[in-house]
Amino acid sequence: MIRTVALLIALAAALPVQAAEFNAVDPAHSSVGFVYKQMGVPVDGRFKKFSVQLAFDPAKPAAARAAIDIELASVDTGSPEGDDEVAGKQWFNTKAFPTARFVSTAVKALGGNRYEVTGQLTIKGRTREVTAPFSFAAQGSGAAFDGGFVLKRADFAIGEGVWADFGTVANEIQIKFHVLAMAGK
Amino acid sequence: MNSTRYTAVAIGLHWLMALLLVGLFSVGLYMHDLPLSPWKLKVFSWHKWAGVTAFLLVLARMVWRATHRPPPLPAAMPAWQRLAAHAGHAVLYLLMVAIPLSGWLMSSAKGFQTVYFGVLPIPDLLAKNKELGDLLLEVHEALNWTLAAVVAGHALAALQHHFFEHDDVLTRMLPRHARKETP
Repeated sequence: MIRTVALLIALAAALPVQAAEFNAVDPAHSSVGFVYKQMGVPVDGRFKKFSVQLAFDPAKPAAARAAIDIELASVDTGSPEGDDEVAGKQWFNTKAFPTARFVSTAVKALGGNRYEVTGQLTIKGRTREVTAPFSFAAQGSGAAFDGGFVLKRADFAIGEGVWADFGTVANEIQIKFHVLAMAGK
Repeated sequence: MNSTRYTAVAIGLHWLMALLLVGLFSVGLYMHDLPLSPWKLKVFSWHKWAGVTAFLLVLARMVWRATHRPPPLPAAMPAWQRLAAHAGHAVLYLLMVAIPLSGWLMSSAKGFQTVYFGVLPIPDLLAKNKELGDLLLEVHEALNWTLAAVVAGHALAALQHHFFEHDDVLTRMLPRHARKETP
């Protein structure tokens, strides 16, 4: 028993606990996507242009910070007519509100490789607090962060007027993010 | 005697399909250039659900047709007309199967899965592919115009039998109460 404990301690000490802060995001291998439902049909979408600022050290999750800026006009809803439509006033109104911004306020460990980030999400001039669980996985010299949360489009007035009814496009939008970041210098 | 008439099930399926096909064709024509709106999303979904229904009905109909011999064609019919009638019916069945399949494949290729009545997802056989989606749209359209032409020929032939040949080719496919009983 004591031997096992000693072995575990030795193993834990041998693990790479060097303060590795992942803060150099690789945009080419990162993505911000979503799944929305229209008439019960799940449709995949994504944003082609976004930037992520990240500072995450798995040894000190509470000190982690993240910010994401999304260029809303770069949306891919799965069809060209959908892309044109959601740029319009009733949806994102990209002329008046070109970007969506998320800024983290807190990160906590959930155990294992699971974490949770809470922050302020601003879309179309409306700011709401959102919480997204994510996983952390070392990948070569970097780390992959995968997470998501359910956004209620009505909270941000995404889809007004004739689109406000959830009968055709559901209120719940599943947001998914994948961020690949290298350990910084 | 009933042997010269289609069965009630065959008659029911025939007219139900006729109604569905005319409806589907008209809605398809109407919807294809609608601007994006909740209405368009609804109409497209209804069209797909009705299309799946038509596909299931045609399968049921083919099973019925295979297990219930249709009444024979009038003895006076020349051989070429019999051949034309059989070929026409074969093409109708082929199109009734091919058209919903092409619509389903087109939906998949365009990236919009078909979810029957919004609850039952029908698997995508094809991955999203814009060129293939556009091609399948043209296939779906061409098959539909072919169906419209064959259906027109089918209806004209039935009317020709009724008004010029004075035989029972049309009436034996009519519901019983709509048919004038002849001794």
